[in-house]
Amino acid sequence: MQIYLPIAEMSVSVLLILGMGMAVGFVSGLFGIGGGFLMTPLLIFLGIPPAVAVATQSAQIVASSTTSALAAWRRRALDVKLAGVLLIGGLMGTALGVWFFAAARRAGQLELVIVISYVTLFSVIGGLMLKESIKEFWSTRKGAVRPPRRGGQHPAYMRLPLRVRFYRSKIYVSALPVLGLSLSIGFAGAVLGIGGGFILVPALLYLFRVPTAVVVGTSQFQILWTTLAALVLHAVANQAVDAVLALLLIIGGVFGAQFGARAGRNLRADLFRLLLALLILAVGVRFAVELVVRPTEPFSLVVSEMRE
Amino acid sequence: MRFGLALLLCLLAAGPAGAETLVASLSTSQVRITSNYTGSQIVVFGAIERDAQTVARAGPYQVVVTVRGPRQAVTVREKSRTGPVWINGPQQKFVQIPAYLGVFASAPIADIATPGQRGRLRIGLQASVNAPDITMDRGTEDDRFREALARLKIKELLFIEDERGTTFLTPSLFRTPVPLPVTAPPGDYEVDVTLFADGVLLARAGTSFEVIKTGFEQRLAEFSTEWAALYGLGTAAVALLFGWLATVIFRRD
Repeated sequence: MQIYLPIAEMSVSVLLILGMGMAVGFVSGLFGIGGGFLMTPLLIFLGIPPAVAVATQSAQIVASSTTSALAAWRRRALDVKLAGVLLIGGLMGTALGVWFFAAARRAGQLELVIVISYVTLFSVIGGLMLKESIKEFWSTRKGAVRPPRRGGQHPAYMRLPLRVRFYRSKIYVSALPVLGLSLSIGFAGAVLGIGGGFILVPALLYLFRVPTAVVVGTSQFQILWTTLAALVLHAVANQAVDAVLALLLIIGGVFGAQFGARAGRNLRADLFRLLLALLILAVGVRFAVELVVRPTEPFSLVVSEMRE
Repeated sequence: MRFGLALLLCLLAAGPAGAETLVASLSTSQVRITSNYTGSQIVVFGAIERDAQTVARAGPYQVVVTVRGPRQAVTVREKSRTGPVWINGPQQKFVQIPAYLGVFASAPIADIATPGQRGRLRIGLQASVNAPDITMDRGTEDDRFREALARLKIKELLFIEDERGTTFLTPSLFRTPVPLPVTAPPGDYEVDVTLFADGVLLARAGTSFEVIKTGFEQRLAEFSTEWAALYGLGTAAVALLFGWLATVIFRRD
């Protein structure tokens, strides 16, 4: 069954889009990430104009993160205080990122900056996580039990001034590194056009030792607000949000996110981290391959404007 | 204006060839886009009338039907190797490209018109893509980008050249089906019909049709541009509503 998308100005298969929404929603609900870095390339691959793809998939992220955040809220697995601090840093980072984006574009090096940062970010984060996971798996297999973390045993960055107690996350940490983290994620998000959930989740897990269940809920809550802002801005500035496509993606996405969140609850924490590491590394490798392999069609077309 | 002058010159150059008149008509003057639109096909019908004094021509009549969609500006980028990686390097901007270009002839275009005629009258994909006024850049490697433009557009089915796209029903009556892919954008489409015999331009006729969004599609597209903020907030509200609905539906307790 085909349906015409009035803003993208092309027709797509309804079932295909529903299925894609569901698959990406599942991954997003499972790991507490937005999933935009999966959906955008898929939509562009279908032939949807890049501007429409980027703008419209944010509607799906809003829907699926609403579902996840509400579910986490009900299970009390959402640290609103932590999310609030993250949001403040995130907004400042986004503003900085937008400024940097314009500056790099003026210098004509934007393409290179984006591509290199993508590959570096994904490969380094994925690689580190995978190493950690494998070590963890190995030690459980040998029967060695990790000594449980004792109270008051913290890395130096957590002991900086302005310490705040985040009850839900069971951490007592300086607000400065949390702000710094969200600032850099907001920055990367604006420059790379991604939500940054996949950086936030491992960072909260590994750097701040926030419990896995709370990480997913908190990350989804933060993603909800940033993406909501992005969606409205895209609609106003670029008029590139296709409501029909958005609706299809949302319907598929909310169901997928439900199943994903449910699957996530039954997943062991070490397996969760291993799977997330593999996903991030796979995306990094995909971008790297695209970069170094000689393209079959070196030319590409971009319609810059329509004339009446 | 220049175009008209060129046409006039051609007609003069053709000498006594003004004896034929060409009439062209379309199966529809409006293609309406609805929610189940997957592309369309319109048909160009044409008749050739010869006045009584003119003697019959030795060769058969040949017709080229050219359909040009709304103009758009297109940037063609080429990936090039920078160190170990492939990134977008040189690019060229084309300013007056028809979003859709269909050329439907009754015989191979090289047999119908001379290269000079093709260039002047913009007959055939090659002539349209090589036209000097479609780009403002004057690079030395101009041709690579023009070739790439044509190749990519053909792959998207937005540029078509069919040497047997026009068929004669009788020696003076022809029919041309014009396939419009779903990606051919809304707007005004010009249809240009040229009649040749023995390598001489005999007559030329033009008509047009439009592709428009109707009903829900049209209202949504208008709303998204005229009330952009409201449209964005509305989409956001729908997203929030569905997100909330899902938790209600799937609530276990």
